[in-house]
Amino acid sequence: MNKLWRFNGGVKLSGFKSLSNAAGVKRPPLPKRLYLPLQQHIGAPAEALVEVGDKVYKGQLIAASSSFISAPVHASSSGTVVELKKHIIAHPSGIAEDCIVIETDGKDEWHSSISALSNPDALDLDELRSRISEAGVVGLGGAVFPSGAKLKPTRSIDTLVINGAECEPYITCDDRLMRTRPREIIRGLLLLRRLVNPTECIIAVEDNKPEAVQHLRRAIDELKSEGIGSVSTVRVVAVPTLFPAGGEKQLIKVLTGKAVPQRGLPYEVGVVCLNVGTTAAVYDAIYEGKPLISRLVTITGPNVKHAANYEVPIGTPVQHMLDIAGADDTGGGEQNRLIMGGPMMGHVLPNAQVPVVKATNCILVEPKADVVPTTAMPCIRCGSCADVCPMHLLPQQLYWHARGKAFDKLDHHNLADCIECGCCAVACPSKIPLVHYFRFAKTEKKEFDAKAIFADQSRVRMQIREARIAQRERELEERKAKRKADRLKKKKAKAAAAAASANASVDDQDQASNGVSV
Amino acid sequence: MSVLLLTALALAFGVFLGFVAIKFRVEGDPIVEKIDTLLPQTQCGQCGYPGCRPYAEAIASEEAEINQCPPGGEAGVQALAELLGKEPMPLNPDNGVAEEGPAMLALIDEETCIGCTKCVQICPVDAISGAPGFMHTVLDVYCTGCELCLPPLCPVDDCIIMVPVEANIRTWKWSNPEAVGAVL
Amino acid sequence: MSDNASTSQATSPFVPSSTSVGAVMRKVIYALIPGVVLYMILFGWGIVINIILASVSALLFEAIMLMVRGRPLRMFLFDGSAVVTAILLTLALPPMLSWWIPVLGSFFAIVVAKHLYGGLGYNPFNPAMMAYAILLVSFPLQLSLWAGPLDLIAQPLTFVETLNYSLFHQLPGAMAFDSLTAATPLDYLRTQVGLGQTVEAITRAPIFGLLGGQGMEWVNSAFLLGGLWLLYMRIISWHIPVAVLASIGSISGLAYFLDPAVFANPSVHLWGGASILCAFFIATDPITASTTPLGRIIYGLGIGGLTFAIRTWGGYPDGVAFAVLLMGLVVPLLDHYTVPKVFGARTDRGNQ
Repeated sequence: MNKLWRFNGGVKLSGFKSLSNAAGVKRPPLPKRLYLPLQQHIGAPAEALVEVGDKVYKGQLIAASSSFISAPVHASSSGTVVELKKHIIAHPSGIAEDCIVIETDGKDEWHSSISALSNPDALDLDELRSRISEAGVVGLGGAVFPSGAKLKPTRSIDTLVINGAECEPYITCDDRLMRTRPREIIRGLLLLRRLVNPTECIIAVEDNKPEAVQHLRRAIDELKSEGIGSVSTVRVVAVPTLFPAGGEKQLIKVLTGKAVPQRGLPYEVGVVCLNVGTTAAVYDAIYEGKPLISRLVTITGPNVKHAANYEVPIGTPVQHMLDIAGADDTGGGEQNRLIMGGPMMGHVLPNAQVPVVKATNCILVEPKADVVPTTAMPCIRCGSCADVCPMHLLPQQLYWHARGKAFDKLDHHNLADCIECGCCAVACPSKIPLVHYFRFAKTEKKEFDAKAIFADQSRVRMQIREARIAQRERELEERKAKRKADRLKKKKAKAAAAAASANASVDDQDQASNGVSV
Repeated sequence: MSVLLLTALALAFGVFLGFVAIKFRVEGDPIVEKIDTLLPQTQCGQCGYPGCRPYAEAIASEEAEINQCPPGGEAGVQALAELLGKEPMPLNPDNGVAEEGPAMLALIDEETCIGCTKCVQICPVDAISGAPGFMHTVLDVYCTGCELCLPPLCPVDDCIIMVPVEANIRTWKWSNPEAVGAVL
Repeated sequence: MSDNASTSQATSPFVPSSTSVGAVMRKVIYALIPGVVLYMILFGWGIVINIILASVSALLFEAIMLMVRGRPLRMFLFDGSAVVTAILLTLALPPMLSWWIPVLGSFFAIVVAKHLYGGLGYNPFNPAMMAYAILLVSFPLQLSLWAGPLDLIAQPLTFVETLNYSLFHQLPGAMAFDSLTAATPLDYLRTQVGLGQTVEAITRAPIFGLLGGQGMEWVNSAFLLGGLWLLYMRIISWHIPVAVLASIGSISGLAYFLDPAVFANPSVHLWGGASILCAFFIATDPITASTTPLGRIIYGLGIGGLTFAIRTWGGYPDGVAFAVLLMGLVVPLLDHYTVPKVFGARTDRGNQ
């Protein structure tokens, strides 16, 4: 057995995974309308390529990537573009952002450009990379970082980690994916392996998913017997179930013992880490030629009748999924609290009209009756939060300074390194909403910094303006002085001339300049 | 004897101090810089001075109080009090009231603008562009919301108005948990 | 704010916290029980009467202060913190006392040291130790008369007789108070050293028992057991107890090694006074202790060192209370300078 390491802290949680992991993947009927946000990823928003009234087909590119860190958007079904408008998106703010709205025609027709590649293994690396980017593949574990940008590491890579840990309670979409499509995951992994050229590849799965481990190992054996030699570098490793073992930095620590540098990226310690869902999406993009237009979403909760994993087209309104899963008999948002993501790190949805996006791994339907409001007690400085913090922070100190908005102290205590995993809040005997404080302090700090930059900019612009006005005044003065001198000279000359000839008059024309220069 | 020695010492130190004063003279007034960085740089002139820098100089020379800057708000007064070792005081209502809510930007109604350039000339941060007789427009990335361009400066009613900055997910902020009242 | 907006501002984690302040405090009380029971068996009923007096009055003062300060009564009154303070205070006091001393102690602990500084979570000094220190300076005589171990006393008091003494200051028949008391080992040590005796000879006195204190050694062993249970339950971390005991043990060990005629052996230091109680229950009071791992170790080492210094050269037989209070002063400094390195800190790179 291979050596595994430990990360600091973490909490043991009840999984509630059996609610949704028993049933196979279900395919829901198409919704009437799809709402496709232009920004479903980290980085610059995509730029819309379609207009209202355009007919679009499944898999058609409808918004293009706008920079290196960006991702395109594809139509998830065929139909007509009916609106380009701001629509409420899956964000705790409940703010509306730019979306392309497609009315589906029910035919689900593929775009003519979509076809399986005849010989994908012959693609050269740049072609492979650009196809992954063009397919709109982003990290499906939650960070939605454009995958193409990850696959061109600037140093040699020792380990390619495929993250199937899925440490959040309730979520089972990766579990189900690993059970249903293990071959595709491994073949996707082998494509990634060509790109980053690691010495070893590890698929990491928490040990509460033995079936997934079994399926993956069986698929490796099969591929080996089919003569794919490179698969022998791939290992499936069961890691201890301890939240947040699926956090990128924590998982890398557990598997390799290496600590990703503070505010750094895994490649700095010779690791590239991608989610299993992303790996399957890479397979689809290369072998099937299909862009990322759907994903597995766990719809679950204590009262959800058909809690399971659904293959959901991106852009499907959450309400549509609730109806299908039988989660919404009593009025959805009214009776339930909808959480996108898991209970540890997910966020409450503003309402059920938000669309499923590439980052949506789970919709957790929590009956509002189960939500007990708690009153926080004062911090007793017991330090339980620090004991469980996987980032070695001191949440109790951060909490004090967040309350006082002491930004320099928050820096001193490395607020920016908080991954908002929620362990501290779960461990807190005083039930203080610590993560809320940290999120609050982070956005306050962001605004504070932005204001400081803006103030500097305003100060400089004011100085430039003042300098320009002073310059102009100086020029005016100089001109005036010069004219005065000229006039004096002329007068003298005139006087001299008058003295000489005593008959001449010259018109003095005043030329006041009053132009406005901007 | 001791008198002589002390006199000599005093002279020596005097010369030394004089030398240091010339050699290490600080250019400008650092306290003005420090005050200036605490001011919001709105350049609105509500303090009674023609900009943030002049107000900073006035504070430094004890000519002005620290409570004359409404855009800086109570937090600004607090920061100035801390820097200068003064008691914090409430904002002086004569200078205006601190406005709560989202930041505001000037917006020129391009239909009614007559191209008089008055706003172009007064804008302290050159955030309005336009030429005589042509329509003007506000460059909203530079606008500090100082309101100097509003009527009565602008001769046309409702041509320049203040609009709130539109919220987006990049500038959105989490609420203060304390405001919810969940913590003792 | 609309309902949706307010619910979406609720933020993860949505998993409820599995523990509470009350649960933590209750476990601390459970951990103290074996020691208190042994104390009662070996030293008589006084300790029980004092604990009851102190706890009831502490809860009363707590309730009054909460009402005065407009705080939610139920939530704070039953968090257990006042009772823990009361028990720790009582354990620091001699068991045979007039009723008003533990009650006055509760007043100082709860009203002055706790609530006047802002209540639970805000007090900079350990309330029990603060109250003990005030009582010690105010009533040095009462606080220096310790009940002797029962097996060294001719005629132990019954519960009713003890209560009678506590409330009315009356002893049965012609019994003199002196016949009930005995100097504590540390007290005896200091007075005898003052009389020019060698420590070796002094510590052979029956009062020192097997490990360092007749009777007290078993009470302290029970506290050690309770403390280990708290460690096992993860209520306290190992840093402070280990640091306190290690520093008292090693410093007194070194001193004993250098000159056994002048310094008592480490066993007396560890089992003879309040070292164990301090290491597991007093110094570990989370509110007033350092919260960083390194800070806790320094805090513990400091308490141990100061305790030894006060016992050996100071004006009081035991130095635990003053050591805890003095180290409490430097906690903010410790917390500031001992922030642990964040995961993947850049300065660690050389070690990778």
